[in-house]
Amino acid sequence: MTRKQKRGVLIGGGVATLAVALILVLFALKDSIVFFHTPSDIVEKGVPAGQRIRLGGLVEQGSVVRGEGTTIRFKVTDTLKDIPVTFTGVLPDLFKEGQGVVAEGVLDGHGGFKADTVLAKHDENYMPRDVAKALEAKGVKLGASAHPGQLKAEMP
Amino acid sequence: MIVELGHFALILALLVAVVQVVVPAFGAHVRDERMMRVAEPAAISQLLLIAMAFFALMHAYVTSDFSVLNVAENSHSTKPLMYKMAGVWGNHEGSMLLWVLILALFGAAVALFGNNLPPTLKARVLSVQASIAVAFLLFSLLTSNPFVRLDPAPPDGNGLNPILQDPALAFHPPFLYTGYVGFSIAFSFAIAALIEGRIDAAWARWVRPWTLAAWMFLTIGISMGSWWAYYELGWGGWWFWDPVENASFMPWLAGTALLHSALVMEKREALKIWTVLLAILTFSLSLMGTFIVRSGVLTSVHSFAVDPARGVFILAILVFFTGGGLALFALRAKDIQPGGLFQPISREGSLVLNNLLLVTAAATVLVGTLYPMALEGLTGEKISVGPPFFNMTFGPLMIPLLIALPFGPLLAWKRGDLLGAMQRLAFAFLAALVTVVAVYAVEHRGPWLAPFGIALGVYVMAGAIIEWANRVKLGSAGRDEVVRRATNLPRSAYGTLFAHFGVGMLMVGIVATSAYREEHILAMKPGDKVMVDGYQVTFTKVERGRGPNYTEDIADFNVKRDGETVATLQPAKRLYDAPPQPTTEAGIHAAWRGDLYVVIGDAQPGGGYAVRAYFNPLVRFIWLGALFMFFGGGISLSDRRLRVGAPARTRAAIPVPAE
Repeated sequence: MTRKQKRGVLIGGGVATLAVALILVLFALKDSIVFFHTPSDIVEKGVPAGQRIRLGGLVEQGSVVRGEGTTIRFKVTDTLKDIPVTFTGVLPDLFKEGQGVVAEGVLDGHGGFKADTVLAKHDENYMPRDVAKALEAKGVKLGASAHPGQLKAEMP
Repeated sequence: MIVELGHFALILALLVAVVQVVVPAFGAHVRDERMMRVAEPAAISQLLLIAMAFFALMHAYVTSDFSVLNVAENSHSTKPLMYKMAGVWGNHEGSMLLWVLILALFGAAVALFGNNLPPTLKARVLSVQASIAVAFLLFSLLTSNPFVRLDPAPPDGNGLNPILQDPALAFHPPFLYTGYVGFSIAFSFAIAALIEGRIDAAWARWVRPWTLAAWMFLTIGISMGSWWAYYELGWGGWWFWDPVENASFMPWLAGTALLHSALVMEKREALKIWTVLLAILTFSLSLMGTFIVRSGVLTSVHSFAVDPARGVFILAILVFFTGGGLALFALRAKDIQPGGLFQPISREGSLVLNNLLLVTAAATVLVGTLYPMALEGLTGEKISVGPPFFNMTFGPLMIPLLIALPFGPLLAWKRGDLLGAMQRLAFAFLAALVTVVAVYAVEHRGPWLAPFGIALGVYVMAGAIIEWANRVKLGSAGRDEVVRRATNLPRSAYGTLFAHFGVGMLMVGIVATSAYREEHILAMKPGDKVMVDGYQVTFTKVERGRGPNYTEDIADFNVKRDGETVATLQPAKRLYDAPPQPTTEAGIHAAWRGDLYVVIGDAQPGGGYAVRAYFNPLVRFIWLGALFMFFGGGISLSDRRLRVGAPARTRAAIPVPAE
């Protein structure tokens, strides 16, 4: 092979690999990303049932019902609207009423949300950023806590 | 007083670093020996000053000096001593101090051990290294000063997040930082060589040990983090494609590529331009990782800072060094003489493929990590990119990489014999085939591709052994000859054996755990039983206990196999005193065939507990594989041909001082 041909093989291989990777990335971005919504978004925008989403907000005070089994019910609220959530499993350590939470799963079509993953963040004074931003956008007052840079919800 | 001394030492370190940037670089330019030699004492005193600052902060932590804001926010008087010390880097300010300490450590190591470097190159490397230090010392002093006092001092501190109070996590940041900050040396060498205009095989020989050392620490740092996530978070998972994990994984992928391309450059003087570019990109990904983790652009398990001033500052550092490095590269790359020629099917060709796939994989991880941030910045739409994305993009790129991996070492330089390599690998193909059949015979569950994934891992492991057997002529020469060859084989060959074998183990562990994990979620009362992969697990009792700084509900699970008790697991739910935060402690029964993993949830009204029980088959292979890679790197590093300052033996490697 001449020098030019060798270079051709290298460049061709490189371009082919990148092209394959690009196609994979585009398909993956189309199919496997998950959108984040607040309870108000879901009520206002009408998110279709069955589509995988993340629901973020605060766990409503007094809404957590632990049964005898492993299914737990609670409500996620952004103080304007709330959505009832069912979840089967063990909740994360920091799951608490009045605290920020992100639940991943699907809407059941009857106004409820069936979560298969529940995330709560690992700091008491701390709220998932998505939740904090979404709540601020909805006009819920967020004040800086004693910790610089950390957000704390001041619930009405 | 000690705290003020620490602060002062940090400011002095900045001034020393400024001198170290300017004087040696100018000295190298005008060929003034004395000015160039300033670099060495400067690098060493910079290290000593930063170490003073670091230990001053550690002193404040150990003595619980709550008049220091950083200590008050992140420590507590009742915390065990080990976590008081580790608490230094358990927060933003302290971890940046650790960052600059490690940066200075690498600089001083080059100053001390780089005796075989041409003086101008050494002066320039240390000057570039110091310029990174200047940027990060400024960042530390201006936006993240750990020495700020608090008046009046509170009676006690806020405490360290209890999930961070864990031995693996206490040592995870130092290892991780040693890894990705260590790549700064490769960057400094690249920039210095571009300024110098001389890039040859010797350059690769000097850069490789540093890159290898950094890579080893990054490997062990990442796997420690993963191990911690596995047993401490109580989710039973070991990798979440969390942006913070990705931040350290991208430099690892690029660094792995760099190690391999530097090999080609050292042995064959080929791929010079690419290797230099890769050195710049690898450290740029380290800076990108620092930006992602430290700026607060995202929040995840590990991120504590949400301060835009910091973000903009780190972004400026990132743009300056990456942009500057690439601009210099663009200006100078055309002057680099092309090196040795090779056929596409050759050792060089296989390493090019390795680089291509690793770098492309790093790029897909970068897209998956940055896309959500970019989308939110541009449209306000919030999305999350999780494991499905990475399984679809990163996964397929690893398959050809692993298939090609055993071929590389079996192909000759310049022109390889593909058919010959395939014949030698016949045993590996056979091992893979047997694995597929065996896995199908044992496991009927799981995706149909899984047995092939495990077989791929076995094939890589077998390939590593074949390469070694081939070199010692196992089977074709007499016993004495084999022993003689095995003892005379360079250590780097054993390094390759271990590291590649580790890659195969890692693959086996990942596929087996992901495909065949058994999971039970159930409500249990004392006396209840559950069968988990042949183990009979009986919930016996729950007791209240007290640790040094927490109370816990500790459960007792009796584990029987074939009627005999094999273990008693004690998963617990802890509540720490300060900050008052609950944590889940998993009960794990580890065996070669897999881990039985049990966690308990909150108490239920009827006296029961939510219980999650997993069987994670072959999960230990994941960390064992990483450990093999780490030791492989270590063995390779101990090879005298690679050792820093070792006498250069071959003609190409003898450095000609550029006077």
